Amino acid sequence: MLKTFTKGGVHPPENKLSAARAIETAALPTSVFIPLGQHIGAPATPTVKKGDRVKVGSKIGQPAGFVSAGIHSSVSGVVSKLDAAPDSSGYPKPGIFIDVEGDEWEEDIDRTDTLISDFNIDGPAIIAKISNAGIVGMGGATFPTHVKLAPPPNSKAEILLINGVECEPYLTADHRLMLEKSRETVVGIRLLMCALGVTKAAVGIENNKPDAIAAMRKAATDGIEIVPLKVKYPQGGEKQLIKAVTGREVPSGALPIAVGAVVSNVGTAFAVYEAVQKNKPLIERIVTVTGKSLAQPSNFRTRIGTPLSALIVAAGGMPSNTGKIVCGGPMMGRAIASAEMPVTKGTSGILLLDADESTRPQTLNCIRCARCVEACPMSLEPYLLTAVSEKQLWERAENENIMDCIECGSCSFTCPAARPLLDYIRLGKATVGSIIRNRKK
Amino acid sequence: MSNLLTISPSPHVHTGDSVNKIMYRVIIALLPALAWSVAVFGLDALRVAAVAVASCVAVEYLLQRFILRQHPTVSDGSAALTGLLLAFNVPSSLPWWMLVIAAVIAIGVAKVSFGGLGNNPFNPALVGRVFLLISFPVAMTTWPSPHTADIDAATSATPLGLLKEGLHRGKALSELMPDLPSHLNLLTGQTGGSLGEISAALLLLGFAYLLIRKVITWHIPVFVLGTIFIFQGILWECNPVRFADPLFHILTGGAMLGAIFMATDMVTSPMSHRGQLLFGVGIGIITVLIRNFGAYPEGISFAILIMNGFTPLINTYVKPKRFGEKK
Repeated sequence: MLKTFTKGGVHPPENKLSAARAIETAALPTSVFIPLGQHIGAPATPTVKKGDRVKVGSKIGQPAGFVSAGIHSSVSGVVSKLDAAPDSSGYPKPGIFIDVEGDEWEEDIDRTDTLISDFNIDGPAIIAKISNAGIVGMGGATFPTHVKLAPPPNSKAEILLINGVECEPYLTADHRLMLEKSRETVVGIRLLMCALGVTKAAVGIENNKPDAIAAMRKAATDGIEIVPLKVKYPQGGEKQLIKAVTGREVPSGALPIAVGAVVSNVGTAFAVYEAVQKNKPLIERIVTVTGKSLAQPSNFRTRIGTPLSALIVAAGGMPSNTGKIVCGGPMMGRAIASAEMPVTKGTSGILLLDADESTRPQTLNCIRCARCVEACPMSLEPYLLTAVSEKQLWERAENENIMDCIECGSCSFTCPAARPLLDYIRLGKATVGSIIRNRKK
Repeated sequence: MSNLLTISPSPHVHTGDSVNKIMYRVIIALLPALAWSVAVFGLDALRVAAVAVASCVAVEYLLQRFILRQHPTVSDGSAALTGLLLAFNVPSSLPWWMLVIAAVIAIGVAKVSFGGLGNNPFNPALVGRVFLLISFPVAMTTWPSPHTADIDAATSATPLGLLKEGLHRGKALSELMPDLPSHLNLLTGQTGGSLGEISAALLLLGFAYLLIRKVITWHIPVFVLGTIFIFQGILWECNPVRFADPLFHILTGGAMLGAIFMATDMVTSPMSHRGQLLFGVGIGIITVLIRNFGAYPEGISFAILIMNGFTPLINTYVKPKRFGEKK
C-alpha cells in the first residue's frame, strides 16, 4: 500500500501534458520587471536607482526585516525605472525595470554544469548563504527559506521533508527538475539537512512520476529516503505531506515544527544547491507553460522577471480560444488579467484554459450530498463554513475551525451544485482572521 | 486572442459532476428492480411508476411556474426520482388518483413549500407514502400476488404482514414458517409487496452501481442494515420462537429499498460519517422496534422519517474529527 494522507482529498484529471518535455532554457528577454515583493513578508528595499548598471546576480533589493528576502538582478543591463506594475495579484506592486544588454554575470558565480557534491561548511554559514541568495519556498508559498531554517528556540527539527509531490494537475516543473537534476537536488537536500541539524530527510513523490522516483532513489545518499505516494490532491499541502510521510498530524493552528518537521520544495533544494555550491542567487526558475490548446506545452528554465507572454510565445503562442490565464496550477493558481506580467520566484506554471473551460457551471441549491465534507483534507464542513460566511456569523465560523482551511479548493472542485464554496470560505477566513488579530492587539 | 479573459478565484477546474447526473444515476440504479416488478406484477407496475413520475414532475412544474413564478427546476431530475421512489413504495394495484394525491403531498407539501430541492427536511417520497398509508390503509395494504409464484389468489399478504398477523394470533414462528417465503425467494423477489421492495438482489445490484459511480457512499446502507441485523439477531438469539431470524428481516419488506435508496437521500441525511452512523443506527433500531413490537408490520418508512427529523440536530452537534484536532 502506498502512503498517503488519510482525510479527504480529490483526484482531478492529471493532464501532465508537458511531463515528457525536457527543460529548455528560455530566450533572454529584452527587458524585465522584477517585483520587490516576491515573497511572504515585507517587500525588499531597492538598492539601485535609475540608470545604474547591473550584472546577472547583482543584488538590487535588500531584505526589509526578518521575514523578507533579497532580490537579485536576473539579467545584465541598465535600470530603466523604479515603478509599480501589476503582478499576479492583479495589484500594482513596486519593482525594478531593467533593459537587457548582453549577458554579463557577477564574477563569483559558477555558471558551469559541473556537479559539486562535497561541501565543508557549517549550518549557520549555509543559512547565511541561503539568505544572501534571496531563496524563498519555490512551491508557491514563497516563505523566505532562511527564516524557515531557523526554528523557534523551544522547538527542535527532527526530519526534513522534501516536497516533490507536485499534486497540482498540469504542472511538471518539479517532475522535470527531479529527473534532470536529481544529484544537484540531493546535494541541496543534504545542505538543508546540515543547516537544520537533522540526520533524516524524506522526499515525497507521487507515483505518477515513476521516472523521477527512480532518478531520485539513484541519487539519494545516506539518511535521505524517497517515499512514493499515492496520487491524491492536495498531497503537496504541508500538513498533508507530513501526515502522508510521517503519519503525524500538525495540530490545528500550529506550524510543522510542532511535530518536528520542516518542509521544503524540491525546487527550493535545487536553489539551495546553486546558492551554496555555485554562489548563484535565485535568479532563475523552472516554469511549466501548459494548456490543452497550446501547440507545445513546455518546461522552461527562465530568468525571474521575464514576461509570461514571452514564455507563451516560446511554447507555440497564445491559442485563439484562450479564455483564462492561470498563474500556477488549476486548483490553487491565480487567474490573471494579462500575460504581461513577470515570472517571479513563486511562479511554478502558466496554464492557458480554453474559453469553454474557463467558466463555472451554473450554481444550484446545495443538495447536502456531503461531498465537500468528504473531500476536505482538513475535515472541515465546507457547506457549513460557506453558509455561516454568507450569513456573516463570524463567531460560528471561527468555532467551526474556518482558519484551518488551506484553500486547496477540493470542496468547490467536487461540488455537484457548483456552489462557490471556497469563495465564501475565503471571505470568512479573511474576516475571522482580522477579528482574531484585532483581539490580540 | 480575445482581450477578455475570465478572472475568477481558484479552483479553475470542476469534476463535471452535477445534480442532474446524480439524480439520473439513482434512477438508473432503480431500473433493474422496476423491470423485475413489471415481470412479477405485470403492466400494472409500469402504470403505477409512470403515473407517479408524471404527477410528481407535473406538480413541481405547475407549482413553480404558476404559483411561485420561479424558473421550473424539474430538469434536475429530482422530481422524477421522487416519483419513482414513491411508486416503489406502493402496491401495484393502487388507483391512479391516489398516486396523484401522494404526488401533491410529496412534492407540493414536503418539498416545494420548504423551498425546493435541498431544503426539504423530510424525504418527500416517504412523506407521500406515509400519507397514503394513513389515509388509504386498505388500498395501501392490498398486495397483488406475484405472477411468477404458484398462487391462485389475486392478492396475498406480504411476508412481514403474515408474520405480524400470525404472531398476533399467538402462533409460534415454526408454525408460520411454511407459509413464509424462503430466504432465496426473498432475495430474488418471489413474494408479494410494494412495487420496488420485493427483490433484494436487484436492489443490491443498484447499490453496487451507485457505489461504483460514487453517487453515494456505503456508510448509511451498511449502518442501517447492520443495525437491523444485529438488533434482530439479539432478539432472535433470546427467543427464536417469537422473533424471526435477522437475515429474514434484512431481506424482506422495505429494508433494502429503505436503506439503499430512501435513507441515503442526500438532502435529509447527515453530512459527516459520524452523523451518518448515528442516523443509520437510529433507523435500524426504530425499524426493528416497529416490526417486532409496533402495530404496523413494516416500520422502515417511519424510522427514516423520524431520523430525518433528527438530521439538523445531528449536523449541528456531530462533527467530523478535524485534522489536527487538539485532544
